[in-house]
Amino acid sequence: MDYFEELNKDYRFKEGFHTCINCGTCTAVCPAAEFYKYDPRKIVSIVQTRDNGKIESLLKSDTIWYCGECMSCVTRCPRKNGPGLVIMALRDLSIRLGFFTESEKGRQIYPLTKVLNGNVLNYGYCVHPATFAYKDHPESGPVFEWALDHKEQVYARLGANYRGKGPGALRKIPQEDLDELKAIYDVTGGTERLELVEKHSRAKAKEMGMTMEEYAEYTFTHCSTGHFNNE
Amino acid sequence: MIYQGKQRIWSDYQKDIPADGWFYVRSCIRQNFFPASEKYFLAICRDLLGHDIYETEHHTTCGGIAYHSDTIPQETAMTIVARQFALMKEAGYKNLVTSCITSFGNYTEILETWREYPELEARIRENLWKATRREFDKPEYVAHASDLVYKYRSEIAERARFRLVDKETGLPLRIVEHIGCHYSKMFPHKGIGGAEYPCVLSGMVESWGGEVVDYPERRHCCGFGFRQYLVKANRGYSVSNTHKKFESMEPYHPDAIITNCPGCPYFLDRWQYVIAEQTGKTYGRDGFGIPVFTYEELAGLVLGYDPWDLGLQLHQVAVEPLLDKIGIEYDPSAKYLGVNKEDLLKPQMPTVLKCC
Repeated sequence: MDYFEELNKDYRFKEGFHTCINCGTCTAVCPAAEFYKYDPRKIVSIVQTRDNGKIESLLKSDTIWYCGECMSCVTRCPRKNGPGLVIMALRDLSIRLGFFTESEKGRQIYPLTKVLNGNVLNYGYCVHPATFAYKDHPESGPVFEWALDHKEQVYARLGANYRGKGPGALRKIPQEDLDELKAIYDVTGGTERLELVEKHSRAKAKEMGMTMEEYAEYTFTHCSTGHFNNE
Repeated sequence: MIYQGKQRIWSDYQKDIPADGWFYVRSCIRQNFFPASEKYFLAICRDLLGHDIYETEHHTTCGGIAYHSDTIPQETAMTIVARQFALMKEAGYKNLVTSCITSFGNYTEILETWREYPELEARIRENLWKATRREFDKPEYVAHASDLVYKYRSEIAERARFRLVDKETGLPLRIVEHIGCHYSKMFPHKGIGGAEYPCVLSGMVESWGGEVVDYPERRHCCGFGFRQYLVKANRGYSVSNTHKKFESMEPYHPDAIITNCPGCPYFLDRWQYVIAEQTGKTYGRDGFGIPVFTYEELAGLVLGYDPWDLGLQLHQVAVEPLLDKIGIEYDPSAKYLGVNKEDLLKPQMPTVLKCC
């Protein structure tokens, strides 16, 4: 497979990749480059070589997963490139080819896919109090631990319509609307994507000698040394 | 000549926001962490100021967080958005207002992509029809909810009970504004003031009596980074970026922070708590943090709504020192009560960060 040609079919790549002059402006403003061993200039430069072997190494690396997709680079590139958009296309291809399980940061796609799309398909939104556990989010602070312990009362106090009928914040989304979201996933490749991530993650979990529960927990929590600039 | 040139340049950064007729869509994050902000957006703009803003129970996420966490294909995200547009058309509206910056960026990106690649728009129409038997019209205008508050800022100022002023000295409060990356970094011409001179929040602050603080990392990301916060193993990225901003703003002694995006106030508030607990450092006075507000909360405060009705008890950084400074009355004993004054006990206090 010619990876560059494959990337070039992605609309984000078409928009975000033009000739790069290697000025490094993207790297200078990048919040990820400040802390991670990450350099968007080098990534665009590698893609620009159209070298299949080098692009494959990128697709299997931690590097492409360091970006936070803030798109600060889009504003500043003097040639109207969007390294953040190139990253989105690289990540998409890495997932489609199953290469994402080759890197620690890539493997995190498994818990992300499960949680976010579980929320979308079951609750109609990407984030929901029903699945936001304090043990996974101690940074949310004692105030949010309290709020989650009393969520029906707290959300009612603050004017939300928690799990209620009709409009309002945190309402229960009618089943027919959730069914439409599922149908959209089925028609547009969303469901196929979830199955693909599951399949490749299962194979990797087996290779690592873990159950899927252990794999989900491990990929969600484990951070090896060596990702950050100061390590 | 120079003046006219500047006027022309400035005109590129203006947005001609329609006065009325809005189809409203909620935010995944704002609902969870700042539900009262969404309530008061409608209470202020629709009920108090009388503007036409409509919500249907049938709308959903735009899929933006799942999309920017790279967990769904672009066509899935586009078709979810197309469904929102179909609901807007069915309700008879032409302007869409969203409560989320990621959504605002997502809607804008999708419309701009379709403009450039009409064949993709055609495919999404087909997808939506196959999946839901719905058809959509593209909105004539997409606004972020803060665009409307900005547009109505003078109407709010006319009704204000309080101003963003120190009641003792009479001096304006010093406010940091944080725009949020996806508001205007991707498509600068879609944000009020663009990426260079964003004034959606500074316009509110100045209209309500405050003074905007300029500082070196004013435009730096809060550190959300989607997967960089959502995955526990990556949160070093998130807190490090927030830390960079606070170190940069600290010498300017801000009284408060106003935010645009639903995620940013959560991160700027909660990472102050984490930094305090981990390092012992606090950025406000006397061991407190710098309080962080949504624009709806700040609008609500100047209009005189009860701070606990506005949901300020869900902040980890205490807001009381700022309320005292402005002279806003509040009942400390009512802070953590439920509906009908139901006793819900109280959260534990952090070890380092001073709270009330």
